Amino acid sequence: MIPEIGHFALILALCVALVQGILPIYGAAVGNAALMSVAKPAARLQFLLVLTAFGCLAYAFAAMDFSVLYVAATSNSQLPLHYRLAAIWGAHEGSLLLWTFILTIWMFAVTLFSAHLPEATRSRILGVMGLVSVGFLLFMLTVSNPFERLIPAAPDGRDLNPLLQDPGMVIHPPMLYMGYVGFSVAFAFAIAALLGGNLDAAWARWSRPWTTVAWCFLTVGIAMGSGWAYYELGWGGWWFWDPVENASFMPWLAGTALVHSLAVTDKRGGFKVWTVLLAIMAFSLSLLGTFLVRSGVLTSVHAFATDPKRGLFILAFLAIVIGGSLALYAWRAPKVGLGGSFAMVSREGLLLANNVLLVAAMGSVLLGTLYPLFLDALDLGKISVGPPYFDSVFVPLIVPAIFLMGIGPLAQWKKASVPDLAQRLKWAFGVSVVSALTLPIVMGNWTPMLSLGLLLAIWIVMTALVTLRERLTHITGSSLMERLASVPRSYWGMLVAHCGIAVFIVGVTMVKGFETEKDVRMNVGETTTIGNYTFRFDGAHDVKGPNYTAARGTFSVSRDGREITVLYPEKRRYPVQNQIMTEAAIDTGLLRDLYVSLGEPLDDGAWSVRLYHKPFIDWIWGGCFIMAVGGVLAISDRRYRPAWRRETQEAPAAVETARRKYA
Amino acid sequence: MTSRQKRFAFIGLGLVVLGVATALVLNALKSNLSLFITPTEVANGEIPKGKSFRLGGMVEDGSLKRENDGLTVHFIVTDTAKRVPVTYKGILPDLFKEGKGAVAQGQLAADGTFVASEVLAKHDENYMPPEAAEAMARAKAAKAQSSNTLVIQTQ
Repeated sequence: MIPEIGHFALILALCVALVQGILPIYGAAVGNAALMSVAKPAARLQFLLVLTAFGCLAYAFAAMDFSVLYVAATSNSQLPLHYRLAAIWGAHEGSLLLWTFILTIWMFAVTLFSAHLPEATRSRILGVMGLVSVGFLLFMLTVSNPFERLIPAAPDGRDLNPLLQDPGMVIHPPMLYMGYVGFSVAFAFAIAALLGGNLDAAWARWSRPWTTVAWCFLTVGIAMGSGWAYYELGWGGWWFWDPVENASFMPWLAGTALVHSLAVTDKRGGFKVWTVLLAIMAFSLSLLGTFLVRSGVLTSVHAFATDPKRGLFILAFLAIVIGGSLALYAWRAPKVGLGGSFAMVSREGLLLANNVLLVAAMGSVLLGTLYPLFLDALDLGKISVGPPYFDSVFVPLIVPAIFLMGIGPLAQWKKASVPDLAQRLKWAFGVSVVSALTLPIVMGNWTPMLSLGLLLAIWIVMTALVTLRERLTHITGSSLMERLASVPRSYWGMLVAHCGIAVFIVGVTMVKGFETEKDVRMNVGETTTIGNYTFRFDGAHDVKGPNYTAARGTFSVSRDGREITVLYPEKRRYPVQNQIMTEAAIDTGLLRDLYVSLGEPLDDGAWSVRLYHKPFIDWIWGGCFIMAVGGVLAISDRRYRPAWRRETQEAPAAVETARRKYA
Repeated sequence: MTSRQKRFAFIGLGLVVLGVATALVLNALKSNLSLFITPTEVANGEIPKGKSFRLGGMVEDGSLKRENDGLTVHFIVTDTAKRVPVTYKGILPDLFKEGKGAVAQGQLAADGTFVASEVLAKHDENYMPPEAAEAMARAKAAKAQSSNTLVIQTQ
């Protein structure tokens, strides 16, 4: 009964979404206020309906209703409740429901925080989001229904993939989807602006906070996915350039470019056309990411061909969304105008260079991800494009972008002079070069990549300090604290996010330069030393978990004769799917991780063991979180809020003009 | 600079970035692609000379042997038509099992042994690396054509 209610709620949601997608946009075009006013209640109703559907699926999982095919396929009676609930997004159908649910959450948020928007703009935004929602609801109802029944019911479920039975996996997909789907708001703003024909600075200011929030979620989502791969796959790697990872990284690159381009549109009225294109790009890549991960095309192009319904639907949907929005763009963008002119060397110029490099990097990732699929689809052979490709293309493109990142915030708008910039940055540059060259030697291992990495990281921090100091000299105030407090939060946000990149780079560089990895056979009582840490294997014994059995090893770690910690890595066996899982044990520290994972049992209680010493690895994810914190700081800036209030008063006038224009 | 000249400068700069990116991509693709090869192709000598490639297929039942150091392993990868002996030093992934699919990256030694630098078992819903499944499918198709060979049933 409950699953049928969920199914019915989805059908109703589709009807509402159709109304929301058609009437308000038409209403905005003809200037009919009654039609436009449908948008807000429709969006809220749709949210409630999809919430109901989501709740019904959650209930089916909680109550272990194995007569629902999806529940039977992804959970099991032995699975603890929190993982049963996380299993909602453990596979295809449920993740689509999560996608749609999050889309309606964003819609609901738009209805709450759009009082300052002109009625026509808001109607168009909600209308576009409604149309996107139509696509996803149709998809679920036609080819991928999470509420499909299994008759007769299965006696027990097939269990959730043990790899996904992990706290990181519980939070990672919702975070990632908040980011993916969040770009739909920026996309809807862009399409609304194209439809309305007015892209002004106000438009950029409205869509900036939304884009930044989505970007923050995506940043944290990707970082969590990377962290999960690190400790759950038992390999100790943090990024594999796997297509699934690239699928989330491409929207991030486009989104990062968008965040910067919006800044120019907001402050200077420039880059309008480009900003709109980036908004379309970021959302299209989010859809592409969903398609790549969820259609099974990565597993095998041929599997996709044998069950083409889902894949074809997504392809058609992608074609409509991307093709449609690009067509609209081609038709309307020339009317938008280019905005103010600026010199090559200026903040605009540097931001443009940043955008071009980010988009080029995104393109190289896209190519490396799709090229093998194309070859395979055309039966031209099966190849794999591995990490070396991405390392050798991505790094040279992103390094100049990071270098320019230090200069950008110091350059004047419109026109800056190179000698002046050189003068202001010479100390920062000198300190960066000298310390980047000497630090690795002090640490005892000089490689060009190590120096380059440290150079970039120190450069970012030094230039951020110079920027802040210059900013402070322009502010009058008695004490330093007072002056620091009067620096706008959005400015702090930028500095913090940039320093997050520096922290991230330090992590990547130090891990690459100083990590120690060792695969060894260890007998009980035997010791192995890596990076000054001595690991003693004290044997393994059997333990029983709720839905698995495991061999748990005991490793005492000591340094200079003093015991630091005891680690308990596990080798688990999940009987339902008969799958073996490595559960690594990690001692996390600010400056290093110690990582132990069990390989295979050998004779006489000995095990093959993987031991890692990973200096600074947590800085990788720490850097991502700092970036996200920077984003949050930026949107908490006062300048957005008074602006909103100001717009509230202007809004009725804007509708009036819009009406007059269309009448 | 007039605005016209400036526009050309911008376009020129954009083209330069595009050109550099293309050059990087082409260069990287040329040297970093690894081809996927089936055991039958190895037997027929259709392998890239002196380059590392990916070998995919099924790990033959009962073929896994471990040396005394506990880390060096020998096993046979088969597509049910031909067999290739593989040597690997390191810890095998969890999903590696006799009778299941596996993909190994490495080079063919002079004695016909495939020396793997990496054994992959990617996680996907069917726990069968796509390349391994492909190798089996190709061998099956080849067999169906020449029906005089004995067909070994695999799952």
